[in-house]
Amino acid sequence: MADEILKVEHLNKFYGDWQALHDISFDLKKGEVVTLLGPSGSGKSTLIRTLNGLEPFKDGTISFKGQAIDPTIKNWQALRQEIGMVFQSYDLFPNLTVLDNILLAPTKVQKRPREEVKKEALELLERVHLADQVDSYPRQLSGGQKQRIAIVRALAMHPEVMLFDEVTASLDPEMVRGVLEIIKELSDRDHMTMIIVTHEMNFAAKIADKVLFLEDGRILEQTPGKQFFAHPQTERAQEFLSSMDF
Amino acid sequence: MAHSGISVLFEGTNFVRLLGGLWTAVWIAALSLVFGLILGTIFGLLRTMRNRLIRFILLLYLEFFRIVPTIVLLFLVYYILPRQFNINMPATWMAVLAFTLWVAAEFSDIVRGAIESVPQHQRESGLALGLTQWQLFRYVLLPQAFRLELPATINLATRVIKTTSLLMTISIMDVINVGQQIVEANNQSHPTGVFWVYGLIFILYFIVDYPLSVWAKHLTAKQKEI
Amino acid sequence: MSWDVIQQSLPEFAKGFRLTLWLSLIGIIGSVIVGIITSLVRYFRVPVISKILGAYVEIGRNTPLLIQLFFLYYGFPVMGLKLSAEASGIIGLIFLGGAYMAEGFSGGFNGISQAQINAGEALGMNRWQLARYVVLPQGLTLSVPAFSANVIFLIKETSIFSVIAIPELTNTALDLIGMYYRSNEYLLVLVIAYAIILIPLILLLDWLERRVRYGSFGD
Repeated sequence: MADEILKVEHLNKFYGDWQALHDISFDLKKGEVVTLLGPSGSGKSTLIRTLNGLEPFKDGTISFKGQAIDPTIKNWQALRQEIGMVFQSYDLFPNLTVLDNILLAPTKVQKRPREEVKKEALELLERVHLADQVDSYPRQLSGGQKQRIAIVRALAMHPEVMLFDEVTASLDPEMVRGVLEIIKELSDRDHMTMIIVTHEMNFAAKIADKVLFLEDGRILEQTPGKQFFAHPQTERAQEFLSSMDF
Repeated sequence: MAHSGISVLFEGTNFVRLLGGLWTAVWIAALSLVFGLILGTIFGLLRTMRNRLIRFILLLYLEFFRIVPTIVLLFLVYYILPRQFNINMPATWMAVLAFTLWVAAEFSDIVRGAIESVPQHQRESGLALGLTQWQLFRYVLLPQAFRLELPATINLATRVIKTTSLLMTISIMDVINVGQQIVEANNQSHPTGVFWVYGLIFILYFIVDYPLSVWAKHLTAKQKEI
Repeated sequence: MSWDVIQQSLPEFAKGFRLTLWLSLIGIIGSVIVGIITSLVRYFRVPVISKILGAYVEIGRNTPLLIQLFFLYYGFPVMGLKLSAEASGIIGLIFLGGAYMAEGFSGGFNGISQAQINAGEALGMNRWQLARYVVLPQGLTLSVPAFSANVIFLIKETSIFSVIAIPELTNTALDLIGMYYRSNEYLLVLVIAYAIILIPLILLLDWLERRVRYGSFGD
């Protein structure tokens, strides 16, 4: 129990009359990598966004480090410092340089000294091979570069958990690998706890400790990663895997 | 004996007096813009917040200025302040007041529109980093909104400058009022002077406004490229 | 505030009201015609005329109506062209409004995708057919927001006619204030009169904008 970072119990989510998530329950242990798989519209993105307070929920509980989250604006604002998130559309702030994008939240939200964060930011940039771009503006970067910066920006907050929502979905094929390698390294080297929504099956097979397979807002299958790709338990998951053709 | 009308422009201090009148118009415009943009930014921010009462009041405020012509605004301030509230200030300050309130109304709409057109993704990625609402405004939305609203703001400035031509109606010694005086004083000696004086003022306004509107157009074109 | 004073002034205001409406109507129609012709000439880059009309648009948009009117009404007669106040007003308003409308329509025309033009050309259309069947219908739809803003703007600009003594609404109010010193009452009626003209019109134009947007983009 002690090493459970995130625990979701009986989560239901509605948009008006339409139910987007049905009775979702799962947990995430420290250092674990969970990937959410499933056809588009299955609720993967809704689920991962709910875990960061971007989608409100009423029914069910989400607990962070053993504490049930009271979903007020203020609580989420504090929690988001520990739950980092990266999006499909990178969303760097176009009005700030690469460095200022990274420094903004650590210095303003966490009030850490600028020099200290800057040193760390440069190291992180080095790791993603973009140290030469510190003073560039987002418009001068390629999609793959922007996404790597967005990951660094989230990491600079020292999050306990990272959420990745289809982070390679709008990248050109040749950019995808660089981004995925960084995520893989985060798991292998830093043992970062992560939840990943992706359509890259090869990548998911390599990185997932556990797979949640969703369809129509329900978890159909919750299986250890290796086992899911070798022997999916449900027929729907088999069909899904064979349709992905990887 | 009638001289050629154009020479009236350069007789005595006429030309300098006209430029002095233009200067009055320009500083009234500049001051109203500074005050109006500050007030308008605040109103615009308030209009993106959730409080319905504040939003409704500010909408009424904006609609009032959308309906009432600026010349009528000037008269409202000019007649009602002294007679109704016993506030006596120079006409120039009344003009600054009327223009400021007008600019604030127009600019609040520009600010609101610009903030709302910052993509939803930008808000979310700011929130995901743990920024508070205020930090989100201060570091993400306002700077981006500023860039989006710049062309509209410059266009508003050109309109304020053009609207200073109405100052003569509340007896301010602006460029047109000075022009009228010169025309009247020289009517006998230079019957065609009126054509040249008003022609010159026409050109002066163009010289002030045209570069600004070229700048606004240039910025708009640049934003479309991105 | 006296109700009697207001009531006695209403017949005068009614005259001003009609004149404001009438001058606005002529001004707007004239401006639309000038605007469409100017923007089409500029869109198709008709040699020489296109440059001249480009200069006209810049001059019209970057000078105040009041000085345009003074120039027409006081300046022109000494050069041998005498115009009545009403004629000066309407010419001035169309000069100004035509430039604004042209700019608005040009924005709409330039918003049409190049693919649409190419498709028309590929079907063998000549310039006139392109204008008639592709550029005008799509461009005018795109310029509805600018058109609405210009209509409201031009109606409000007729208030400036008061400075050359055309007895429209604002001039009527100023005359009455000059005669009877009842500024509160007359200014109140004046503001209400503009509200009566503009509020329904603003609502109508908003509705039109939504309709057109729905018609062309379905949202």
